[in-house]
Amino acid sequence: MKKHFLVFLIIVAVSACGENKKEASSASSGTEKLAQKFGLTVFEYENGIGPIKEKLELGQIDLIKAKSGEKIFTEKCTQCHKLDERYTGPALRDVTTRRTPEFILNQILNPEEMTKRHPEVKKLLATYPTQMTYQNVSLDDAKAILDYFRSVNK
Amino acid sequence: MKNRKVLISLFALIVFSVIIYNCSGSGSSGDFSDAASKVYVAPGSYDEFYAFLSGGFSGQVAVYGLPSGRMFKEIGVFSQDPETGYGYSEESKAMLMTSYGFIPWDDAHHPSLSMTSGEQDGRWLFINGNNTPRIARIDLRSFETVEIIETPNSGGNHASPFVTENTEYVVASTRFSLPIPNKDVSISSYKENFTGTVSFISVDKESGKLDLAFQILVPGFNYDIARPGKGHSHGWAFFTSYNSERANTMLEINASQNDKDFIAAVNWKKAEEYIKQGKAKTMEAEYYRNYYDAEKQTAYSEVNRKVLVLNPKDCPGMIYYLPTPKSPHGVDVDPTGEYIAAGGKLATVIPVHSFSKMIKAIEEKQFDGDVEGIPILKYDKVIAGEVEDPGLGPLHTEFDGDGYGYTSAFISSEIVKWKIGTWEVVDRIPTYYSIGHLMIPGGDTKKPWGKYVVALNKITKDRYLPTGPELTQSAQLIDITGDKMKLLLDFPTTGEPHYAQAIPAEILMKNSKRIYELEKNKNPNAVKSEKETRVVRNGNEIRVYMTASRSHFKPDNIEGIKVGDKVYFHVTNLEQDWDIPHGFAVKGLNNGELLIMPGQTKTILWEPKKVGIFPFYCTDFCSALHQEMSGYIRVSPAGSNVPVSYNK
Repeated sequence: MKKHFLVFLIIVAVSACGENKKEASSASSGTEKLAQKFGLTVFEYENGIGPIKEKLELGQIDLIKAKSGEKIFTEKCTQCHKLDERYTGPALRDVTTRRTPEFILNQILNPEEMTKRHPEVKKLLATYPTQMTYQNVSLDDAKAILDYFRSVNK
Repeated sequence: MKNRKVLISLFALIVFSVIIYNCSGSGSSGDFSDAASKVYVAPGSYDEFYAFLSGGFSGQVAVYGLPSGRMFKEIGVFSQDPETGYGYSEESKAMLMTSYGFIPWDDAHHPSLSMTSGEQDGRWLFINGNNTPRIARIDLRSFETVEIIETPNSGGNHASPFVTENTEYVVASTRFSLPIPNKDVSISSYKENFTGTVSFISVDKESGKLDLAFQILVPGFNYDIARPGKGHSHGWAFFTSYNSERANTMLEINASQNDKDFIAAVNWKKAEEYIKQGKAKTMEAEYYRNYYDAEKQTAYSEVNRKVLVLNPKDCPGMIYYLPTPKSPHGVDVDPTGEYIAAGGKLATVIPVHSFSKMIKAIEEKQFDGDVEGIPILKYDKVIAGEVEDPGLGPLHTEFDGDGYGYTSAFISSEIVKWKIGTWEVVDRIPTYYSIGHLMIPGGDTKKPWGKYVVALNKITKDRYLPTGPELTQSAQLIDITGDKMKLLLDFPTTGEPHYAQAIPAEILMKNSKRIYELEKNKNPNAVKSEKETRVVRNGNEIRVYMTASRSHFKPDNIEGIKVGDKVYFHVTNLEQDWDIPHGFAVKGLNNGELLIMPGQTKTILWEPKKVGIFPFYCTDFCSALHQEMSGYIRVSPAGSNVPVSYNK
């Protein structure tokens, strides 16, 4: 009985997924296939899941913003993250090399969903077993932190 | 093939549902299959109502969901709560200060929700401390006690803290009359020296701040329970009294002599006028007001020394007595404000007074003498009707908003349902056992939500697994949507569920606080980042400014503490996400633990008495590496030279 119901659910689920499947079946590149495998769009796979849904125009590093980003980082993030040392979470000096700016913002603003759905962040939880939380920062705060990260990555 | 299996499954499901459906509603006693579905709240789903049940002698309030009866939280109010550190932490100790010093306990009876226009507004919950007269205010955003005010010139603060229609006041009175001001006299001089008081505590519209606005001196009876009027009776408050005999010993016999005692009807708008006219006297009285400063996350005490007192002899028309049979206990005003039902606990009927008849009787001066200048109205000129055969020991009445009253009967352990206007009993249901108060969600307001009545029972002998000499008290959820009341659920409670209030979940849920924002944390001992953590010695006083985050404390190695030091741990939880508290305790701490909410700072005092190494750790399972969240403190002998040091 249970098994039958499961089959039924799968059928419903699969038919509901039909549209996505069509779109994805035309995919050819490796990234697209990977994204599809994890149920993500290519943008999400490369730039994370969250409020940032398109590529941003990043200008020069705004040093004033970077300074305020450092203050926010010190108050809200340093209990878990250092620049050069593995701590509760990974060291972050080179994070702008490893991740796209949009990925960083989404990770700051939407860490729980990122951990649940994004394969790269799932891997992080296996290495650093403490779930990153949203630290009650605004989008502007997160952008300032991003400028701080850009300014320290030399 | 697959489709066929699915079809078979669906068919099986339908047959199953039909069987289940037919099982229900047979109506025989002991068949609860229908009841089960009515109280079943599926995993992950929310209850329809929040219910706040007082803990009685536990001094706390417990929060439950209805209809499931699941308990969510116990709120520290008048009793210290070692689980959260309430009453133990340096920030919260002031909350339990009184003019008698620090008191770690009280007897909490009547939760009362704030109202606007006679309807629940979901802002505050008030509750009385009976023993050392106090009233507390709980903020329904944080579900924490934020203010406690003492009521002076009072003994046994039972008739409290019932709320007027727009929360202008919470009312209180003396169950035990006293010499006022209190003095050293012979107890047998009761009749000449003992006086009662009725108190009106004002509530600030915006902040909720409590203030003892005025007190009224009343003859030395025992004032038991109160309800303010509503609608056209708004502006009045009604207090039952017993012991009009003014006995001072063996009250169970000596205070049960008179056929009728009184409900005191107090016109508080008139009292306000008399105060404006300067009729009130200022009296010396010491009483504390303790309040929680949300920004500083700290409770402070202020001591008040004066109270305005009105004497009915100087204030004609301010109070009248309504004769009411046999030591009345409850007094409840129906949603329209017209009917005032009394629970004459030794009476054979429920007398229901009419507010408009009372006003007419006052105009026509239909008096039957007076007590110390307070006119006694003629019973037959104020009574609207008597509910006959209401069970033995009728106590309290709540209303469903559909024209019915529901009265608890303590001695016969039942709820009787009666019709307003015809006064006939239309239904009754046993309760298990010895019901005191009962509660319909919103059943004391102008707009009852109806649906359920909750019986609050004192005795549960044979209802639950035995637990030694002390058995749990309980609540019972009863469906009142049909013509017949139907028992749905028994659930045990913590302490004595003396009285309760319930409010639709949606009114409170949306305002529920999730975190304390670090930016707004103005606790003078907060540290906002690990960089600021430090240990400071000043004489024999050590202050540890510590942070907690998953899964470490900073600092976690501290040396240079000596026997005889007073060590204050100021711990700030740096988390900024919902539901990530950290706990803090150190070996040998003669105190409660700290349970620190995200963004909050709390302080606990430790006075180490022995030399050695003392571990401390996080007590609230916070993360996968929670076990690693720990540290060590080195305690050296008094007079040793080990300097203060710590890691960062």
